[in-house]
Amino acid sequence: MATVTIADDLIPLHHPHTFIGKYVWSQDHKVIAIQYSLTAIAIGLVALVLSVLMRLQLGFPDTFHFITPNNYLQFVTMHGMIMVVYLLTALLLGGFGNYLIPLMVGARDMVFPFVNMLSYWVYLLAVIVLVTGFFVPGGPAGAGWTLYPPQAILEGTPGHHWGIITMLTSLVLFIIGFTMGGLNYVVTVLQARTRGMTLMRMPCSVWGIFVASIMALLAFPALFVASIMMLLDRIAGTSFFMPSIVSMGQQLGYHGGSPILFQHLFWFFGHPEVYIVALPAFGIVSDLISVHARKNIFGYRMMVWAIVIIGALSFFVWAHHMYVSGMNPYFGFFFATSTLIIAVPTAIKVYNWLLTLYRGDIHLRVPMLFAIGFLFTFIHGGLTGLFLGNVSVDVPLSDTMFVVGHFHMVMGVSPILVIFGAIYHWYPKITGRMWNETLGKIHFWVTFLGVYAIYLPMHYLGFLGVPRRYYALGDTAFIPQSAHSANEAITIAALIVFVGQGVFFCNMIWSLFKGPKADPNPWGAASLEWQTPDTPPAHGNWGPKLPTVYRWAYDYSVPGAARDFIPQNEPPDRTARHHPT
Amino acid sequence: MAIAIAIALLVLVSIAFQLFAPWWQTPRASNWGSIDDALMITMWICGIVFIALNLFMAWVIIRYRHKPGNTAHYEPENARLEKQLTVWTGTGIVAMLAPGLLAWHEFVTVPKEATVVEAIGQQWQWSYRFPGPDGVLGTASTSNVTPDNPFGLNPRDPYARDDILVESGDLHLPVNRPVKLILRSKDVLHDFYVPQFRAKMDLVPGIVTYFWMKPTNTGTFEVLCAELCGMGHYMMRSNVVVADQKSFDSWLAGQSNYSQLLARADAANTRLALAQPVSIGDK
Repeated sequence: MATVTIADDLIPLHHPHTFIGKYVWSQDHKVIAIQYSLTAIAIGLVALVLSVLMRLQLGFPDTFHFITPNNYLQFVTMHGMIMVVYLLTALLLGGFGNYLIPLMVGARDMVFPFVNMLSYWVYLLAVIVLVTGFFVPGGPAGAGWTLYPPQAILEGTPGHHWGIITMLTSLVLFIIGFTMGGLNYVVTVLQARTRGMTLMRMPCSVWGIFVASIMALLAFPALFVASIMMLLDRIAGTSFFMPSIVSMGQQLGYHGGSPILFQHLFWFFGHPEVYIVALPAFGIVSDLISVHARKNIFGYRMMVWAIVIIGALSFFVWAHHMYVSGMNPYFGFFFATSTLIIAVPTAIKVYNWLLTLYRGDIHLRVPMLFAIGFLFTFIHGGLTGLFLGNVSVDVPLSDTMFVVGHFHMVMGVSPILVIFGAIYHWYPKITGRMWNETLGKIHFWVTFLGVYAIYLPMHYLGFLGVPRRYYALGDTAFIPQSAHSANEAITIAALIVFVGQGVFFCNMIWSLFKGPKADPNPWGAASLEWQTPDTPPAHGNWGPKLPTVYRWAYDYSVPGAARDFIPQNEPPDRTARHHPT
Repeated sequence: MAIAIAIALLVLVSIAFQLFAPWWQTPRASNWGSIDDALMITMWICGIVFIALNLFMAWVIIRYRHKPGNTAHYEPENARLEKQLTVWTGTGIVAMLAPGLLAWHEFVTVPKEATVVEAIGQQWQWSYRFPGPDGVLGTASTSNVTPDNPFGLNPRDPYARDDILVESGDLHLPVNRPVKLILRSKDVLHDFYVPQFRAKMDLVPGIVTYFWMKPTNTGTFEVLCAELCGMGHYMMRSNVVVADQKSFDSWLAGQSNYSQLLARADAANTRLALAQPVSIGDK
């Protein structure tokens, strides 16, 4: 057994010496982070290809004969589930959470390194089980990523036979794996911070990941039980979610179950899930903006409290996904109110990001471009959310392309832009090399302008009333020819964005081998992960002695200081003023 | 610099889209003007905030972009400013939420004089049921559904006997009469969706759902399914024909009721029963 000290320097570190010990069965949080990230990105690429196939069908119906109505629904389902759970959640918490938490709080590793390793391998198993869905008879699940019963397990829906079983099994595995990781993230933040690192001195990135992990530990169990119950309905003939049904002219044996119960369970997970993805992105983007604008994050304490309040409130808004689900309509009053209240702390975060830029010294490097791109898409996606949250306004818009446009802007594009920015930002620390600036900028412009060209028109198709999850619109009287043309244009934009991502991968892979050696702290950042003795940080992170923290993570452009940033582990002197934290 | 210009341009493009794009709500053909009003209020408030925040950001990027010798201003927080922004945001939220909730109150309050019509969904077609002269829909249950009784009506319920059944045909409604649509599904979730009516609601097997509206324009409108219901989801269509009371009444008189359906089924069964011994006798 390897022994790794976490919070003190007394017990010597046990370093693995074999290749397998270092890179495969590794207990080093940084290696696990990279394993998580690469797996998530790999499966994310599958979802990206699926989205292109969907767009081809929507833009040019009757052209691609290999895309049948069944295939189309399977693409919709797998794309959605992979992107939300297996890419975004895994990458932001398993990837960035693993890499950043110990380095940012000054720990040598996660508190439970073995469990952390196990978390990754169970996640990998979940991904493999998910992918087997493509190869089982009948193909993967095709019930939409929401997997609503009864249709998810009934004839008439693709993948109702085997695909849904692999999907639900994979989700159960994912949640088991995530629970191991999530406990680690929470306990590490609470127990393994180095000397001087008070909670209110932690960078916003850690706050976002920390609160998101707590939320995930509370929200995923709802999906866990729902998955098990639906598996039982499918395999053992129970009727948790299944009432009396006549399917394709046949009376089925189910009796007395409630389809809406599943929707409540699903969205009790599903809505916090939006913030499980958003909060780490909020935290990370706060740090990107602060570092590259050479200015402390404006209103740090308010920012932290906003993260905590959003996390708490997000457990009281789930039924805004269900205004027209047939639940008691009077719930609409409560959930509309709670949903619009959550807009207040969210808006405060946006103001504070903008006020951080205001009177800053803005360096428009690639990570900052992505952060600014995020601000634009998030303002857009956040505001369109107010339409859908405002119960009666949701009635005409629900289940239309407006919803597709909204949630892609707010929880697809926005976190992805932050993830790109974060990869560019931390790449020099992770690999020790620098990427190519020109390729980075090309990647940004194609992605940023491209996604707006994709999603802005979708909102207007939604206003018109074009329904979502339609294999083909056919001849529908209220849909003019121009809407079909818009669909073609959206598809072309999607193809351009798809190809544009190639620039990113070329840049990252080329730079890994040929990129110039990176400075240990190329951006002049104050937070702890940039102050490691080695770049990339070695196993144990800090060499012989753990750092001591004397200040918050945002001492930028402090009047009287020699440089425009003061690292967190630099002892105080008399010249510079200090933030009260 | 380019990013600031790009953001300002994207704001202009978005405004242009709002003003000139040919895609906006289909002309309304129901009473739900209050929903459209709440939507427009939300649009105005959100639109102004979108423009203001992004143009501010574009200006900030141009004004405070890095130039040699620049230093950032040091100001950790500004409690007064943050409080003011919170109050203004709260005001905007209330201004949107109030009309939204008022419209919702109207939506959940079904007028007493509303007539009842039932829409029944199954993969992948729509059927409709009117209560007949007694004005009451007879009891029905999915477990009663047989090929002879596709609506699953209770044959012992006298209220069901006069119910008028429209199997996979068009729905006709009289103009300017509020109608409560009772929704029932035999198999999976569906959603009764007519864009021109604005209102929509899911059909949920096992329970009965509803919404109400008043068609205000005559004409034929397409009914779509708005809740994913399997591979034929996109083809689950029907029409609703809104006409004046007189032509509605004459259409309704031409439809058959449950008793007639039962009688027809009985006759068919009798013919089958009679046919059997004759064929045996021929041997």
